[in-house]
Amino acid sequence: MKQFQYVRPATLKAALDVIGKPGVKVIAGGTNLIDLMKRGVTAPDKLVDINHLGLVDHQSLKDITETKTGLYLGSLALNSVVSENNMVAKRHPLLAMALKAGASPQLRNMATVGGNMMQRTRCGYFYDTTMPCNKRVPGTGCGAMEGINRMHAIFGASQQCIAVHPSDMCVALAALDATVHIAGKKGERKLPFTQFHRLPGEHPDLDNNLAKDELIVGIEIPDNNFAQNSYYLKIRDRQSYAFALVSVAAALEIENGIIKNARLAMGGVAHKPWRLFDAEKALTGKQPTEENFAQAATLAMQGAIGHGGNSFKLKLAPATITEALKHAAGLV
Amino acid sequence: MENKEAYPANDAAQDVKDSSRRNFIKQSTLLTAVALTPGTAIKAAADHIDEQIAAVFEKMPLKMQVNGKTQNLSVEPRATLLDILREQLDLTGTKKGCDHGQCGACTVHVDGHRINSCLTLGVMMNGRKITTIEGLANGNQLHPMQEAFIKHDGFQCGYCTPGQIMSAVACIREGHANSEHEIREYMSGNICRCGAYPNIVNAIQEVKDGGMAV
Ligand SMILES: Cc1cc2nc3c(=O)[nH]c(=O)nc-3n(C[C@H](O)[C@H](O)[C@H](O)COP(=O)(O)OP(=O)(O)OC[C@H]3O[C@@H](n4cnc5c(N)ncnc54)[C@H](O)[C@@H]3O)c2cc1C
Ligand code: FES
Ligand code: FES
Repeated sequence: MKQFQYVRPATLKAALDVIGKPGVKVIAGGTNLIDLMKRGVTAPDKLVDINHLGLVDHQSLKDITETKTGLYLGSLALNSVVSENNMVAKRHPLLAMALKAGASPQLRNMATVGGNMMQRTRCGYFYDTTMPCNKRVPGTGCGAMEGINRMHAIFGASQQCIAVHPSDMCVALAALDATVHIAGKKGERKLPFTQFHRLPGEHPDLDNNLAKDELIVGIEIPDNNFAQNSYYLKIRDRQSYAFALVSVAAALEIENGIIKNARLAMGGVAHKPWRLFDAEKALTGKQPTEENFAQAATLAMQGAIGHGGNSFKLKLAPATITEALKHAAGLV
Repeated sequence: MENKEAYPANDAAQDVKDSSRRNFIKQSTLLTAVALTPGTAIKAAADHIDEQIAAVFEKMPLKMQVNGKTQNLSVEPRATLLDILREQLDLTGTKKGCDHGQCGACTVHVDGHRINSCLTLGVMMNGRKITTIEGLANGNQLHPMQEAFIKHDGFQCGYCTPGQIMSAVACIREGHANSEHEIREYMSGNICRCGAYPNIVNAIQEVKDGGMAV
């Protein structure tokens, strides 16, 4: 690993003064950044450790708190702490399930909410510095497009990049209509979670819409009526401690045998957590039956494109959607 | 394409306009801002202010407790906790398997919680309490989990064992050892190339069922 400077600011303002400059990177849990630095994928000159920022808006960035309209997770809340939190378990079991399906207990004890959102793709060409990759070095081409692309995107890819965002947590947060709280030098702004990550387009080097001089301070999840009927289903090469081939976050609000509201998002299929808006709409007002679920899944797959190695996902994904919905509805 | 036409949200990503301009950044007078000039850095270090700056130093001071003993060290910012334990403190019980968070051989406890020391920077452990496999036994008396691993043959080559044992202790402490299924799930961060898994699970179950303090 290349030598670097390390700074440990004690306030948010002090941190915002340093970040955004060339060669400067923020470190939270370090589980993604240190890995990438060891492999030479990134080589910052300076690391800004944000674990000691003190209070922001009267609360620690590690806290999980109730707000008037929902639940607020500080950006430094650990993945393990969020997944075991009582309020999360009661109100958003979907999020707890997704978090527990990710990484390992040790890694979850280090990984933070903000770091999880900002984690880079696990595409092998991105990781291998001897290979072409438009995400790592713009203009070098995409090795995966014609290469090994078993883990790659079937939705929203561009000529430049077919990488996927690897997070489980983010799939649940996209389904739950969360809002991202962002701090910059000029103040705070908010962004709907579904607009935080972006599609690769002409700029696969950009994973999301956070500016270089901004920090994620927290996530707010609005209250909902999905707790009774939600499920996170993750399909992977081994039963645990592996990234998703395909995952589905399914949440239903069922009243008198009719679906009043549905939320669906998929992981492992796009450059960002992929919300299935059409399928959600199609399910609304319907009965929670396997047949209706399968129809919604077919609808959700419109526009999907396989690239060879990942073409099996064209079958796996709709099957996973149907199965996740069955679990959410209590049919299995 | 569904997401493109009907519902713009999946690719309306370019729109990053501020939705709120509430200036919430308040600076407490108790907390000083970081200063990056070398002179200030040296002064800050001399004053023991919490913001320590490696900018002008090759190495940084690191004070942490390892297995009950306070260690005052001088480390490069890029040194991982794993390398510091093994190379500076000669605690070679903690193993380096993959060095990338994928195997769990480097598992140690920080303030009682299990973590991967290969992905942890030493400088970020300032003021923390580390327990390694060497710190588990009570003098000559092995920890119950160490005893159980021996009794159940919970290893073959032994390379993954220190990490397995640190993880196993944490697994019980966390309350995640209530069934074989749960043990397997919560031990999944520790890979064993020799495939000693069934015996590892048996060892953990015995310690759990024995109700001994771990
Ligand atoms: C072996 C292995 C298996 C894994 N398996 C899974 C899995 O199955 N599912 C899954 O979802 N994840 C998995 N992960 C990834 C893991 O979830 C991420 O590494 C972790 O969430 C990153 O969080 P962190 O706090 O450690 O981030 P860091 O490594 O500290 O940071 C990651 C990035 O985020 C930036 N950053 C951090 N905090 C902020 C902030 N507040 N504002 C702005 N930028 C910030 C950093 O600058 C950096 O670029 C796995 C990781 C490993 C090593
Ligand atoms: S050496 Fe740390 S996880 Fe493999
Ligand atoms: S005993 Fe050999 S790797 Fe586990």
